[in-house]
Amino acid sequence: MIRKSFWAALAAATLVTTGGALAQQGPVKIGFVTTLTTPSGYIGEETRDGFTIAMDQEGGNKLGGVAVELMIADDGVKPDVAKQLVERMMQKDGAKIISGVIFSNIVAAVAPDVVKAGGFYVGPNGAPNNMAGADCHPNYFIASWQAGTQSDMAGLLADKIKANNVVLVAPDYVAGKDQIAGFKRYFKGTISGEILTKLGQTDYAAEITRIRSLKPDAVFFFLPGGMGVSFIKQVKESGLQNTALLAPLTVDDRIVESLGDKAMGIRSTTFWNWDYDNAASKKFVEDFKKKHGRVPTTYAAQGYDTARLIASALKAVGGDVSKTDAFRAALKKADFVSIRGSFKFANNNHPIQTWHARDVVKNADGTYATKTAELLFKDYKDPYSAECKQP
Amino acid sequence: MDFALFAEQILNGLQAGVTLFLTAAGLTLVFGIVGFINLNHGTLVMAGAYIAAKIATVTGSFWLGLAVAVPSVVVLGLLLETSVFRRLYHRDHLDQVLATFSLILFFNELARIVFGRLPYQIDKPALLAGAVHLFGDLYYPIYRLAVIGVGVAVAIGLWYLTAKTKLGMLIRAGSTHRNLVGALGVNVGRLFLAIFALGALLAGLAGAIIGPMQAVEVGMGENIIILALVVIVIGGVGSIRGALVASVFVGIAESLGRTLVPYLFEKVVDTSTVTFLSGMFASTSAYVILAAVLIVRPQGLFAGKV
Repeated sequence: MIRKSFWAALAAATLVTTGGALAQQGPVKIGFVTTLTTPSGYIGEETRDGFTIAMDQEGGNKLGGVAVELMIADDGVKPDVAKQLVERMMQKDGAKIISGVIFSNIVAAVAPDVVKAGGFYVGPNGAPNNMAGADCHPNYFIASWQAGTQSDMAGLLADKIKANNVVLVAPDYVAGKDQIAGFKRYFKGTISGEILTKLGQTDYAAEITRIRSLKPDAVFFFLPGGMGVSFIKQVKESGLQNTALLAPLTVDDRIVESLGDKAMGIRSTTFWNWDYDNAASKKFVEDFKKKHGRVPTTYAAQGYDTARLIASALKAVGGDVSKTDAFRAALKKADFVSIRGSFKFANNNHPIQTWHARDVVKNADGTYATKTAELLFKDYKDPYSAECKQP
Repeated sequence: MDFALFAEQILNGLQAGVTLFLTAAGLTLVFGIVGFINLNHGTLVMAGAYIAAKIATVTGSFWLGLAVAVPSVVVLGLLLETSVFRRLYHRDHLDQVLATFSLILFFNELARIVFGRLPYQIDKPALLAGAVHLFGDLYYPIYRLAVIGVGVAVAIGLWYLTAKTKLGMLIRAGSTHRNLVGALGVNVGRLFLAIFALGALLAGLAGAIIGPMQAVEVGMGENIIILALVVIVIGGVGSIRGALVASVFVGIAESLGRTLVPYLFEKVVDTSTVTFLSGMFASTSAYVILAAVLIVRPQGLFAGKV
């Protein structure tokens, strides 16, 4: 009798645990592998802080009404570290959704592993060219932008300001060369020089001397983080004051805060800015400011929209990520109100979105901030989508 | 290329060279005389830059920042020597590399916690702002000229110290006959401490004066330390003179190369090849010089001469 009831109890217990797994009673695990250390650490910090605002707005640790567990880890800009982290999160912790990655070269290292293992990659930042084109995948989604687009737009911006003689500056690595290629896509004027610098370079005196000798009417520079701060500082102190400075997304509000009046006059491109006039954007900026005491950058916005995209899909499947087809269809539908105003996916699962120019202005209180300027392109679909074979 | 452009690149190279020299001088003394590889030396530069930038931002005075940063870095250097480095002198170089590398990670994280992730930028002091007209088309920032001046002054000061003072005599003796100096009854521990203090002083000075020229950020030390290591090997380990010549040589070669290469090639080959060549040159010139010196004179240009 005792023996019988023991087996019955065990059977009941087994039933409960397996039943629990089927019904997904535990929180949905989301692996967030991002860059929090190294000089680029502020980018991951912004992205994470934006992402978690979406969870806070639902009362904490929830997305789309479904309980989630966000597992945050730092990759230190090392692809091998990121690969190990993703493997552990998927195999040991059972995460099916991976997000958070900042750098394109790390996306290229981890995203194929994620989709091959049947998981979903929902990217908040980096988006290498090949994965928008021939190597696109139905489980690979980018909530931010295709990496080259910001410079495609800078080329358009250079045309708009009628720059005729432009010098391009970028660090000597894959993303730097991609940005230079992007700038050339639509730019109609002359490019009198292309300067590739050392990655992490801090002194640009020699480059600036060369730029001055080429007498350009605009300089386009893709120098993220501290590199940009050093470059702009040195440009402003050289004889280049009257040359227009054009940048892609890299001149964000935290860089402007760091540069102060030296950022004045720099024109950049963006898909969103903190001053966007729609209800969703205003709510996000207000909540972000309240929690962190600073204006959210575009990286924070990307993190926030990534979270809201995931939330919309989780809601559609009631938190059951094992319904793979339904979850994929829900992600693709992107049924959420984006802070950008409009948002939909192209065939390559990269956003079709509107781009604006962006200026730096001085506030009444003496601080400096970015400001949305003229329209550059409405509903832009990145050119790589043509090479992607999925519908 | 006209003469003004050429002269400007020489000045740029000179300025980059003397800044590098301030870091390399301390490194080469410690490596050559104490026999200790201190990868963490770049951290002292970063500390000098952060302290100077923070004080300059808060008080608005660059000079106050400079005045506080340099002694603070000396104190930091002395603390490191007495608490950590001293215990590593008798270990082999691999242990020293591992220990000082771990200190880099520690101090980078500490800087991130204390100063935040955003790069700092500080303005030049009003006295040294603006540019001065040298000749023809050549206007050069006064601040960079002042940096060159500081470098020259430090070089003269170090020459005086090594050639004319008792400490300098011990340094010269220590660079070639370390054990004998100890055997003759000189307090080697104190000599090493003095060398560390001197190295830290120069590193702190380097950090404080590069602040107004570039971004002050976590990890800036590593960028500097790699080039400084290249320079001290070119110059000959332990040789201040070698560090000076090699620093200025590398500085001018890099700076001229970055403009001369595109200038020479842009008429011969297409733009993308020019970009490729000059990019390659910018990233590798210091190492090419290093390789050439190692083939011709593996002990370094001024080995055995302080």
